[in-house]
Amino acid sequence: MNKIIKYVLYDILRSRTIIGYTAFLFLMSFGLFNLESDPTKAVLSLLNVVLLIVPLISIIFGTIHFYNSTEFIELLVSQPINRRKIFLSEYLGVALSLAMAFVVGVGVPAMLFNPGPTSIYLVTSGVFLSFIFTSLAFLASVLTRDKAKGIGIALMLWFYFSLLYDGIVMFILFYFADYPLDNATLLLLSLNPIDLGRVLVLLNIDVSALMGYTGALYKSFFGNWVGIALAFGLMVIWVMVPLFFAQRKFVKKDL
Amino acid sequence: MKDPNSCPAVFTPKSIAFLDNLMNRQLKQAAMNFSRIFKKRFSLPLVLTNGFRQLKMKRLNLYLPKYSLPSALADGLLTLKCSALFLLFSLTFFVLNPTHAADLKVCKTCDYKTVTSAVNAAKPHDRILVQKGYYTESNIQIKKPVQLIGVGKPVIDAKNKGGIFQVETRHVVIKGFELQNVEVSYMRDYSAIKVYEGAHVTITDNHIKNAFFGIYLQRTDSCTVSRNIVEGEARTETTSGNAIHLWYSDFIKISDNKTSGHRDGIYLEFAKRCTIKDNLSFGNIRYGLHFMFSDGNVYTHNTFRNNGAGVAVMYTRDIVMKHNTFEHNWGPAAYGLLLKDISRSTISNNRFIKNTAGIYMEGSTYLHIEKNTFQGNGWALRVLSSCSEDTFRLNNFMSNTFDVSTNANSASNYFSHNYWDKYEGYDLNKDKIGDVPYRPVSLFSLVVERVPSSIMFLRSFIVDLMDRMEKVIPSFTPEMLKDDSPVLRQYAYDHA
Amino acid sequence: MITLENLSKSYGKLQVLNNISAQFNAGQVVSIIGPNGSGKTTMIKCLLGMVLPDSGRIMVDGAPVIKQWEYRSKIGYMPQISRFPENMKVEQLFKMMRDIRKSNKVLDEELIGQYNIPAMFQKSLGSLSGGNKQKVSAALACLFNTEILVLDEPTAGLDPLSSEILKTKILKEKNKGKLILISSHIMSEIDEVADDIFCLVDGNFRFYQSIESIKEITQEARLGKAIAKMMAV
Repeated sequence: MNKIIKYVLYDILRSRTIIGYTAFLFLMSFGLFNLESDPTKAVLSLLNVVLLIVPLISIIFGTIHFYNSTEFIELLVSQPINRRKIFLSEYLGVALSLAMAFVVGVGVPAMLFNPGPTSIYLVTSGVFLSFIFTSLAFLASVLTRDKAKGIGIALMLWFYFSLLYDGIVMFILFYFADYPLDNATLLLLSLNPIDLGRVLVLLNIDVSALMGYTGALYKSFFGNWVGIALAFGLMVIWVMVPLFFAQRKFVKKDL
Repeated sequence: MKDPNSCPAVFTPKSIAFLDNLMNRQLKQAAMNFSRIFKKRFSLPLVLTNGFRQLKMKRLNLYLPKYSLPSALADGLLTLKCSALFLLFSLTFFVLNPTHAADLKVCKTCDYKTVTSAVNAAKPHDRILVQKGYYTESNIQIKKPVQLIGVGKPVIDAKNKGGIFQVETRHVVIKGFELQNVEVSYMRDYSAIKVYEGAHVTITDNHIKNAFFGIYLQRTDSCTVSRNIVEGEARTETTSGNAIHLWYSDFIKISDNKTSGHRDGIYLEFAKRCTIKDNLSFGNIRYGLHFMFSDGNVYTHNTFRNNGAGVAVMYTRDIVMKHNTFEHNWGPAAYGLLLKDISRSTISNNRFIKNTAGIYMEGSTYLHIEKNTFQGNGWALRVLSSCSEDTFRLNNFMSNTFDVSTNANSASNYFSHNYWDKYEGYDLNKDKIGDVPYRPVSLFSLVVERVPSSIMFLRSFIVDLMDRMEKVIPSFTPEMLKDDSPVLRQYAYDHA
Repeated sequence: MITLENLSKSYGKLQVLNNISAQFNAGQVVSIIGPNGSGKTTMIKCLLGMVLPDSGRIMVDGAPVIKQWEYRSKIGYMPQISRFPENMKVEQLFKMMRDIRKSNKVLDEELIGQYNIPAMFQKSLGSLSGGNKQKVSAALACLFNTEILVLDEPTAGLDPLSSEILKTKILKEKNKGKLILISSHIMSEIDEVADDIFCLVDGNFRFYQSIESIKEITQEARLGKAIAKMMAV
C-alpha cells in the first residue's frame, strides 16, 4: 500500500495544480503577514481563506484527480492488488498532498510570523479540512461515472457546507430564539466540518467572547480540553464516514 | 484614663474634673517634650497641618456626635473646656506619639510567651517584638497604641477560633506577621486584622492565609494597608469573606497588596477619599475590586486578573481610575470593569485585556473614558441605553471580537479619535484620520444580543457577508453610534 | 485453466453478458471476437475482476476468483486504451509495477528490448504517443512471465512493424504453454496467431470453435469470410 501511495503522491506532487495551489497559499499567507501589522489579524484573514479555499480546492481537485486516474486505477485493479488498498492509497495520496500543500503554503508562514497555539489550531483545522473534503470528493466521484456530474456534486457539497448550511442553521436559531438552543447549536455545528474547523480556531482567538455564554455544557466545552478533543474527534469522524461509504461503493464498482 | 490617646467613654462631670487635672500635668510634660522632639523629628508646618486635620476630622466630626453629652455640657464654660481638652489631646498626641517607652519581646523563652500577654502588659507606645515562632492565639484585643512587629515572620494561628488582631484605638502598627486559619462564621466577620473605630493604624508586610476576612477596617480613617499578601482558600461566596474590606472608612491608603482566593479582593463600602494603588487582585471568586457609595477614590496602577466576575463598581461618583490593568476575566457575568450608576468619573490609561466584556456600563453618565487600550476582549464595550453623556476618546481597540455592543440607538455618547483595528476606511487628505466614520456596532453583534447561541457562527462566511452588507447599507445597526474621526495609527500608550 | 460458468452482467436494462460459459486451457490462444458492444471487453474485465458479474462463477486454476485479487498475479493484461499517470516517467512505471508484483519469477524483458523502451525511460507517460503507450502496455503485460496473457485489441494503434513483433511474441509465449486471450477485429491477425475463436453477439454466446473447424464448416480459406458466414447462420 505504501508503494502505491508513494507513486500516487509522486504523480500529484509533480502536477502543476498542486504546485500552483501551494504557491498561491504561500504567497497569500506571506502577503497577509507582511501587509498586516498585527499578526493576529493576519491569522483571522487566513482563517477565512482556510474555511473557504481549502474545502473548495480539496473537493474540486480530489474529484478531478479521481476521474483523471480512472485508467491508472484500472491498471492497478488488473494487478494483484486489493481494491480497498488501491482506493485508500489514492485517497491518502490526494489528501496527503493537499494537506502538505496547505502546511507548506499556510502552516510555514503562520508558524514563522505568528508562532503559537492559534496558528497550530489554524493549521490543524486546515489539514483536517483537506482530508475531509478529499473524502467527500471521492464520495462524489464514485457516485457517478460522469466527470461533469461528479464535479457538479462536489461543488454543491462545497456550497452547502460553506454557506448554505450556516445560513439555514442561523435562520433556525433566529426563528426559535425563545427556546434554549445551546445543546442544539453544538449538535448542529458538529454536522458541518467547516464549522468544526472554525470553532477550533475560535476556541483560541475568541475565547473571551465564547466564555460569555451561560450553560454548563458550553462552559465545559470551551473551558478545557474536552471541547478540543470533541471537535477533533468529530473531524476524524467526518473524514471516516464519507470515505467509508465511498470505499464500499468503489469496491463494488465496475470499471 | 491614663492614656491620653484613648478616647474617654463618657464625659461625666467627674471625668471632666479628672481630665482637668490631667491637663495641667500634661501641659507641663508637653512643654518639656515639645521642644526636644519637635526639633528632632518634625517640621513645624507638618505638625500644624496634621494637628489641625486631626482635630477637625477625627475629634469633632467623627467622635463627638457619637457621645451622649451630659446636660452639664450645655454650660458654655464646660463646652469650652471640653474643646480645649480636645485641642490639648491632639497636641500631646503628636508630641508623644513618636516615642515608645519600651520593647517587649515575645518568644518561647522570653518574658512573654504569648502575644496576648505582651499586649496586655504593654504601656501605650511600647513596641512588642514578636520573635520568629509559631503562636496559637486568637482574638487579641489591642486598645492602646502599640507597635506589633514580627521579627522573622512569626506565625499566629487562630486554629479556626475567631479572629486574630482586633484593634480599637489609634496609632497601632501591625507589621511582619504571618496570620492564618481565621474562623468562618455566618454571624460575625472574623478577620485576621480588624480595625474598629481606629485611626492611623498601619498594617504592613503581613502574610494572611486562609482567613475568613483578611484585613477589615470599620469606621476608621487615615489608615495604611500596604505590602500585605492576603491569600484565601474560598470555595463559595457565602463561606468566604473579603481580603481587604473597608466600611465607613475614609482617607485610607491601600497599596502594594496581593489579594487572592477570597470573595472580593478589595471591597469598599461608604469609603471616601481613599487611594488604592499598585495592588494585585487575582483569583478571587467574586470581584477583584468591588465598591459602592465610595466617592472620590483614586485607583491607580492596580492589576485585577482572573477574578470570578472581574471588577464591579456601583453607585459612586467622582472616581479616578488610571493605569490599571483588567485582564482575563472570563464568564457569562464577568467584566473587566462593570460600571453601574457611576458618574462624573475619569477612566484613563487603563488596559483591558482578554475579558469577556472589557467595560460593561449601565446607568453611567458623564464619564471620560480615554486613552485606554482594549485588546482581545469578547466585547470591548457594552454600553446600555441607560448611559448618556459619556465620552470615549483616544482609546485603542484591538483584536476584540466585538468592539461595541448596545441596545440603544441614541446619540448621547460620544466616540472620537479612537483607533479601531477593524476600520477599513481610507485617508485621502493624509491627516491620519479616516475620511469615513467607523461604526463599531456590527450587525452580527445585534444578532448575538438576540440569539446568544449564534455566537458559534462567529467568523463564518455567512456572518462576514452579513456584516459587510450591513456596512454598505446600514439598516439595523444604530445610525448615530459612530466614530467620525477614527485614527489610522494605533496610539502608543505607556500604561504602566 | 480458466472456467466461466453462466456469467451474466447487465448495466441497467442493457444485458451485456448473458449466461456465458466457457473453458480456456493452457497452451491455447483464444481470440474473442464479436461486433462492437458485444461484451468482449466486459467479459475480459470480469475475468480481471474489474467488473463484478451479476451472477455466475469464474474459476482460475479451479479456484473461484470473484472478489479475490491474489489470482491476478497469474495474469498479464494489456488494456484496450492505455492511459497512465501523466506525470510519471516510463522508468518509474516499470519500477512501480515490479514493486507491486514482487514477482520472483524471471522477468521477461524481451519486448522492452525489441520496442526500445529504455529510450523513452526518461519521458513522462503523458507525453508519449498512443502507439508508444501501447508498446509500454504490451511490454508490461509480458514482463512478469505470467501463465495467462489477456490482450484487449493489442495491435490497435501499433505500427505494422511493432504489430509483427507482438504477434511473434504471442506465438512464442503460446509455445511456452501459456493461455493467451486476445480480443481483436483484425481477422488476418487472428488467423496468424489464434487457435480458437470465441464469438459473442449482443452478450450472447455464439460459437467457440477452432479456426480449422470453422474453415472446414464454412468451406472458406479466408477466416474473415468464414466468420461472416458463421455469423450469418
